[in-house]
Order: sequence, then C-alpha cells, then structure tokens
Amino acid sequence: MLEEDFSRGNSPVHRMDPRLKLVSGALFSVIVAVSTRWLAYLPGGFLALGLMMIARLPLRKVFMRLLMVNGLILFLWLLLPFTVGGTALWKWGPFVVTWEGIVLAAHITIRSNIILLAFLALVSTTPVFALGHAMGALGVPEKMVQLFFFTYRYLHVIHSEYQRLMRALKIRGFRAGTNLLTYRTYAYLVGMLLVRSYERAERVRQAMLCRGFNGRFYSLGEFSARGEDIAFTAILVFGSIAMVFLQWM
Amino acid sequence: MKNNDSLITLEKVSFSYNGQKPALKHVSFHLSAGEKVGLVGPNGSGKTTLFFLTMGLLHPSSGRVVLFGQQMQREEDFRKVRQNIGLLFQDADDQLFCPTVLEDVAFGPLNQGRSKGEAREIALQTLRSLGLDGFEERVTHKLSGGEKRLVSLATVLAMKPQVLLLDEPTTGLDVNTTQRLVSILNSLDLAYIVISHDMDFIVRTTDKAYAMVQGQLATEEEVVPHTHVHAHGHGRVPHVHTHSPKDGTR
Repeated sequence: MLEEDFSRGNSPVHRMDPRLKLVSGALFSVIVAVSTRWLAYLPGGFLALGLMMIARLPLRKVFMRLLMVNGLILFLWLLLPFTVGGTALWKWGPFVVTWEGIVLAAHITIRSNIILLAFLALVSTTPVFALGHAMGALGVPEKMVQLFFFTYRYLHVIHSEYQRLMRALKIRGFRAGTNLLTYRTYAYLVGMLLVRSYERAERVRQAMLCRGFNGRFYSLGEFSARGEDIAFTAILVFGSIAMVFLQWM
Repeated sequence: MKNNDSLITLEKVSFSYNGQKPALKHVSFHLSAGEKVGLVGPNGSGKTTLFFLTMGLLHPSSGRVVLFGQQMQREEDFRKVRQNIGLLFQDADDQLFCPTVLEDVAFGPLNQGRSKGEAREIALQTLRSLGLDGFEERVTHKLSGGEKRLVSLATVLAMKPQVLLLDEPTTGLDVNTTQRLVSILNSLDLAYIVISHDMDFIVRTTDKAYAMVQGQLATEEEVVPHTHVHAHGHGRVPHVHTHSPKDGTR
C-alpha cells in the first residue's frame, strides 16, 4: 500500500520545486473547478495532458486511477439527469431526464478529469516527504505537516498489524459471514488495532523524548527554485490566465 | 558534571504500573564509564522498566535516580541529560518515525541545536561508520528488519551519547546482522547495558552480567544454580543457549 510508484522518475516535472508544484497545482485546480464554459476547458486539458506527457507516467496505471475516480462520477450520471430541473428530453412515468442535468454531469466529468490529470502529474510525482516539507515551507501549520508525516509513516505499520491480526483469524478458520460472530470478531479487530495504535503512539513519543524532542520539528529539507522551475510555473500560470480569459471575456 | 566516572546510579528504586504488583523492588544499580554490562532475565522481570526509569520515561515510586552525578527529580532534569544516554528500543518501528533514513538520523542532532549542515554531516558520518553508506535517501518503513535495527542504532549514536541502553537488540536478527552488531558494539568506546535473552550475544559484547528476577537484581556474586556441562563467562547467570554447545562456535 502507498507505493508511491509515480514519485520515482527523473522527468522535468519530477525535478520541479515541490513548492511550485503545490502552488501551481492548487491555482490550476481552483480555476478549472470554477470554469463553466467548454472553451475554457481547452487550455486546461492541453496543460494537464502536456504535464502528463512530460512526466512520462505509466499510462496504464494512470488510466486505472482515472477509472477509480470516474467510478464515483458514474453515480452523478445516474442521479443528475433525473434531479436537475429544465427541459425534458425523455419522460418515463415519474422519471424525467433533463438536458440541463446531462450537461452538468458532462461539465463535472471533464473538470474532474482535468484536475485529476494535472494533480497526478504534479503531486504524485513528488515523494511524500518532499511534499510535507513543501507544505511546511508554504506556511501550512506545523502540526498539520507533522500529522501528515506520521500518518504516512504509521499507516504502513498499522496496515501490517491489521494483516497480522487477519492472518491470526484465518489460521484459526475464521470466515466472514453475516452473523453475530463475524460482527463481534471485526469489532475486536478494530478495537485491538485502536489499542495497539495508541500504545505505539506512546512508545514513539517516548522514543522522540529520548532523542531530545522538545515540541519542534526541524527540517533538513532545503528548496531552491531553478530556471527550469520558473519556466514551468510560467507555462502553468499562462495556461491558467488563458482559461480565465476564455471563461470570463 | 560532578563525578565523571559515575554514569548511572539507581538507589533502592521501586516501581509499579498503576496499582499492580511491583515491577521493580528496591533495585540498586551502578554503571561507571567504560563498563559494558549485560542484563538477563525472564520476560516481565522488569528489565525494560529499569531502562525506562533510567531515561525518566517512567518515575520511581521510591528510591533515587542519579545520572552523571546529578539527582533526577523532574522532567526538566531528565531533559537536560537524556541526550547523553542513547536508548535503543525493542521495536525499531517505534524508533524510526521520519520518512527517510537521513532525516531520522539527523533528528537528534537537530534537537541538540546543530545547524542543518552539521546535522546532515553527522548523520552521513554515523551511517558511514556503521557501514550504511547510501542508505540516506531510503524510506524507513521499507527497510528490512536488520537494516531497521542498524539505522535505529545510527539514530542513537548520532547524538554522541556517553551511555547506550540496548533493549533486546538481537531480536529478529539473522546470524550475519547479529555478528555485525557484535563487531560494532566491540568497536565502540562507550559504556552500555544490553538486555538480551541471547547469552551468546551477552558473552561476546559485555564484561559482566546481572540477572533480573521478579523485579529484583541478582549480581554475579550471588550463587545461582547452574548445571551446564560446558564453560564460558557469566556461567552463574541463568540463561538459555540459542544453539547447542557441540556445534563448535561458542
């Protein structure tokens, strides 16, 4: 779990300053999210695809990830055409499919995919610890950054603890079913994980105290934006301006 | 520091975990500079508790803890001297909490007020001295068990402590990594206490051993029944061999 496959690589996007990636990624997403004109999606789509190409991410895996999100969007397609008011296209007893609903669903689909592509290209190409330090450098509260780090670090430990417990259940013939024993066993499992996580948190705190922790995290990370980074940011900002222009002019 | 020779002194220290039967009963213990001591005993006999009391992670219900000649009373007292004692935890996953090896090893030096450059240099140098070159950008949770243990040791050594407390350092290690740990410990010019169930390891890394039994410390001077048919150091301390004596290696 959390293999960070995309963060390994040596494309210009991978080498970009993580701070600029975060800022430009956020700016870009906001602009895409508030756009409502088809024409405005054009530069956004080109930018996202362009970044994707430059980052040279494995297309199959990218496609799988897009599929996951589009699975959720599918529900919008099942709901919106029936719930948004407007010109009726079909009528089926009490069910009315509206043109406006379909258009809205299409808008949301395109926007989400553009944002997702851009974020995959920008953020998933950044190793988690660089991302955390970039957040800190951008003024995200220290506690949030620490939570981010610890979550990442101990998610694996808790996950392997979960797997150990699961294995212990399996070797004693446990099979999940729809019965009280299953529910009770799962409750024990979750309870056990909570207790173990709590105890581990206590031990980690002790280990940190032993190494002189005094409530402050010092970071080794240093960032420096280079010419390449500036050029990239310029392209992203230019693309964003183009979108704003096409949206509101 | 008033007394340079005396590193750790526990005087009649008792402790019990909230209301349960005492984990430690009037334990007195002394460690001087350069001493290498083993601590053996059954599970739950209070060995780890002894370490935690020494580090001020737990506080005794009675008795005194004296570190580097100074009596420890409050958290602030411990905070000042704690960084001179390096505690290696039983579970390396507790000790390594930073995303990368370099950051984890540099964590201690940074807390000691070193600059980023200095901390990085100390971390790299410590890793190199343990034969862990090229580990700096590795992700901690993806290390193997043996690697985690050695990196944990690096995080502790990077703080340049005067004493090491090693809590079952060989648990889960293969023969090669254990051997590597033995060589590292023997090359260190440091006082340390090792908790281990591996008597072989104790013999190869320490000069004397104490036995902990039900919260009490038995020194080597005490007579402990011993019926082994082979000979080696610490024979009077109750212990279990990890391999039979006839296989040649000690």
